[in-house]
Amino acid sequence: MILLILCGIAFAGGGIMLSNVLARSTKNKVKGEAYECGVPTIGKSWIQFNVGYYLFALLFLIFDVELVFLYPWAVVAKQSGWIAFVEILIFLFILFLGFLYAHKKGALKWM
Amino acid sequence: MPSLEEISKSVHDLLTTALPPVMALLTGFLIAGLLVIGLFTVLGLVLVFMERKVSAYMQIRVGPNRVGFKGTAQTLADTLKLVLKEGLTPSGSDKFLFNLAPFLVLITSMLLMAPIPFARNFQMWDLNIGVLYITAISSISVIGILMAGWSSNNKYSLLGAMRSGAQIVSYELSAGMAILTVVVLSGSLKISDIILSQQNGWWIFKGHIPVIISFVIFIIAVTAETNRAPFDMAEAESELTAGFHTEYSGMKFALFFLAEYVNIFIVCAIGAVLFLGGWMPFHIGSWGAFNRVMDYIPSSVWFMSKTFFLIFVIMWFRWTFPRLRIDQLLNLEWKYLLPISLFNLLLVTLVAIMGWYF
Repeated sequence: MILLILCGIAFAGGGIMLSNVLARSTKNKVKGEAYECGVPTIGKSWIQFNVGYYLFALLFLIFDVELVFLYPWAVVAKQSGWIAFVEILIFLFILFLGFLYAHKKGALKWM
Repeated sequence: MPSLEEISKSVHDLLTTALPPVMALLTGFLIAGLLVIGLFTVLGLVLVFMERKVSAYMQIRVGPNRVGFKGTAQTLADTLKLVLKEGLTPSGSDKFLFNLAPFLVLITSMLLMAPIPFARNFQMWDLNIGVLYITAISSISVIGILMAGWSSNNKYSLLGAMRSGAQIVSYELSAGMAILTVVVLSGSLKISDIILSQQNGWWIFKGHIPVIISFVIFIIAVTAETNRAPFDMAEAESELTAGFHTEYSGMKFALFFLAEYVNIFIVCAIGAVLFLGGWMPFHIGSWGAFNRVMDYIPSSVWFMSKTFFLIFVIMWFRWTFPRLRIDQLLNLEWKYLLPISLFNLLLVTLVAIMGWYF
């Protein structure tokens, strides 16, 4: 894994270095401006952003943690038989209730 | 023809006999690293060329056909051009994060190369939680994309990155669920075990309808996860210029582009491993002669042909479906795919416990 990280750094770094060496570079003021299709930029873009994305991120967090819990269950599910099935039924039922609650509250509606 | 397995074994034997252990290990690492970098470059070139050719033939065009033999050197020429271009850094941007983002995205897709089985016993790292490793590492690239979009200090970039972030994290859930169904059936997280469990038939044939449903969900989810059309909200070019990499130019842009295409390869390879049996040849029940002929085709060819078939399917999608809006996209995931995949997981558990698969 460390080997691959090193490979990645070497590859990306090597590419950028090579490009820096080979490419012609000139500086002027207009070049550094943000590209917004030629129209002069108004204000910064580091502003408060739509809260909708935040809600989806929260929901994602819940479901992703649940997914992580499911992995060890999935490995042993076939051996433990019906106990595993009943357990997952209860687990997913509770989860689904939460999902319905979020749906009812309108967390899944855009804007 | 010697298989990849024999070649890697003989190289390993040669190293261990000719060199002291530490040196042999280091040389092995060096060779593996060079192989991965080589594979990365070749994959990028081949996939970009394939994308352009497939798109062209879908629209009854010829596509790139001037540079090299029938246009095969076109992507090489494009790469050369990108290397020679100046890499701009906008004066208003967060310089450190701006330069860090391409590294992060590229290293993520390079890390995902580790557990992919290219042929029988030819795998860099067969760790026992392979599937979990893939799902864990693949979610890191979101950070790189958000970092790139935010640090550019550009409204297009920010919007593109936010959309892309929401989309990738949402569809990761469905992809994870689809992967879980195969884990339930095969009872292991190790990639080689999952492949060996498909010795007498691939899961998509053995597992009845639930596995086919989860295969469809998986393909939809990974198409969205890799930001491909019809889910390419992040870089809807008629609307957001280029999404999160609007401000990137030259080599940094090339790195994003490369990582994107290698990610497509990786998700298709995982799909091939989980549902289509990885390097397992195609067998039909008791047809002895047919099975012998299929066995004769090398395992690496099987793996590559399955993977490239899935890549072709994903490229096909791009020219078949119109682009979705961001709210339609999130609706599709949260109101349809997620409940379906939860229910499907229950069905698969039932199938696995009752032993209804072959």
